Amino acid sequence: MTMTTPVSTRSAFRWAISDVLVLAQRNLIALLRTPVALVFSIIQPIMFVVLFRYVFGGAIHTGTNYVNFLIPGILVQTTIFGSVSTAIGLAEDLQKGLIERFRALPMARMAVLAGRTISDLSRNVLVLVVITSVGFLVGFRPGGGIVAYIQASLLMLSFAYALSWGFAFIGLAAPTSEAAQAMTFPLIFPITFASAIFVPVQTMPTWLQGFATNQPVSVTAEAVRGLMLGTPHGSTSYVSLLWALGAVVILGPLAVRKFRQAIK
Amino acid sequence: MNPVTEFAIEAHDIVKTFNDGKFTALGGVSLQVPRGEVFGLLGPNGSGKTTMVRILSTILAPTSGSATVNGHDVFKESDKVRKSIGFAGQFAAVDENLTGFENMRMVGLLNHLDKKFVEQRAHELLASFGLTDAANRRARTYSGGMRRRLDLAAALVASPPILFLDEPTTGLDPQSRQELWNIIENLVESGTTVLLTTQYLEEADRLAKQLVVLDKGKIIAQGTSSELKAQLGNTVLVLTFQSPTDATKGAEIIKDISSKTLNIEGTVVEMTIDKGPSSAADALRRLDASGIELSGLIMREPSLDDVFLNLTGHKAEEVSPSAPTKGRRTRKVRS
Repeated sequence: MTMTTPVSTRSAFRWAISDVLVLAQRNLIALLRTPVALVFSIIQPIMFVVLFRYVFGGAIHTGTNYVNFLIPGILVQTTIFGSVSTAIGLAEDLQKGLIERFRALPMARMAVLAGRTISDLSRNVLVLVVITSVGFLVGFRPGGGIVAYIQASLLMLSFAYALSWGFAFIGLAAPTSEAAQAMTFPLIFPITFASAIFVPVQTMPTWLQGFATNQPVSVTAEAVRGLMLGTPHGSTSYVSLLWALGAVVILGPLAVRKFRQAIK
Repeated sequence: MNPVTEFAIEAHDIVKTFNDGKFTALGGVSLQVPRGEVFGLLGPNGSGKTTMVRILSTILAPTSGSATVNGHDVFKESDKVRKSIGFAGQFAAVDENLTGFENMRMVGLLNHLDKKFVEQRAHELLASFGLTDAANRRARTYSGGMRRRLDLAAALVASPPILFLDEPTTGLDPQSRQELWNIIENLVESGTTVLLTTQYLEEADRLAKQLVVLDKGKIIAQGTSSELKAQLGNTVLVLTFQSPTDATKGAEIIKDISSKTLNIEGTVVEMTIDKGPSSAADALRRLDASGIELSGLIMREPSLDDVFLNLTGHKAEEVSPSAPTKGRRTRKVRS
């Protein structure tokens, strides 16, 4: 070709960052342009807030004001549900041939996964702000202070972000986006409901308590609740961070490996 | 920057198996694609053509074999290969939530091109593909033909010297197909090398200078389309009978006139004949003698459909059957 094409002068690392941002931006544009999906991802947690605050809440005894127990839990649940969209988004890109196209481009290999998980993280930030506001409307009054509140938010966002690498793996393994969604359901349902998110685990049967107390979602919920309310929460915030770190270390490479094998 | 090599693409003995070797998609395929022309990979669904294109465009790693694209080793220098190629897959991989322009911009930036250049180039390409009016509309609203054009435009944003097109016109209406053919011809005129897969023999015939015919992961024939046709004999005799029973009987009577495969479809019998008029006259004398009446007779040039039928024993549009039905012959053609 006679036409001259400007050649890049940036380093490989700077281009990798640029690739991630280009793809994250693309995903966020898609999110803003499908308002139904965005509204649904906000309405669902609002319904949970209303359901547990006004329907089930009266029957749940936590020894404190239940709304203060509930909102930190709902926030953790919402961010975990939010990370499921990583699976759906990747499965869709795979199905529509976009991942095939990306793989023939001279872009950073990990940018597709990083771009997707980062845009889902941004969405989680938005949802978190909305649900916090809804929480205040229904009487949520955290006493832990603003710094602890931000710490708690970062903690649950990190946890959800770590999980999204596992959901990336599922999204790349699933034949369609509908299948990806169906495959995530039996995973997130038990870990969010057999947990300390909605009720104190002490009320559960003994055989379930061991799991419900120690599984990472409960640990994260306890840490987030403790930080937000300014109540003692032991070492749970560190344990939650360790879970997140462990998840990234194990699930990250699995997702990357699946990404390499995803096209046949 | 690019080493000057005689061939734009060279592949040597590419093997690809799936499911731990249980399924062989490619059983040792070698290709040499000259610069500046369209090279066609022809074959039915499941023949391995998509797998071959994916391997050459670095999307998929082969089980064994070696290949260079634009002089770069596909497996060791895949990043250099990616900078030399454009790829448009079977699905018209456009992001439906982005506008045409945004799609172009995204692919341009992921090609690591300068932002201003990308935007200018995007407008140019959208204009030359007749998409200027739709540039700021979401791709979701595009027709099938528009999506294909956008997909192809995106593959060209970095002006790659080599272009891979995997079934570029599958699912398009005749007019869109014609438009896309014109675009591809213009690209080749300006020096681009195109490796194209297709299951449409008409498309291969129209665009490709050289062809490889794949069936079940193996090359069963290669050469120019006229070479492929030439070795079939010069003429196809198409006889229309009054009933399918007559067609079957008639076929039985004339089948030894030619050594090539004879094909019966309903009341129509098609036979490739070696000696044109004299073979045709022979067929007519025999049918006349047996009292079977014809309702139609045509003699025509062989099409690539005939080539395919003769090579594989099945038509190109059909999925390769697991066992060949009849008259399966594999021919060697000079390349």
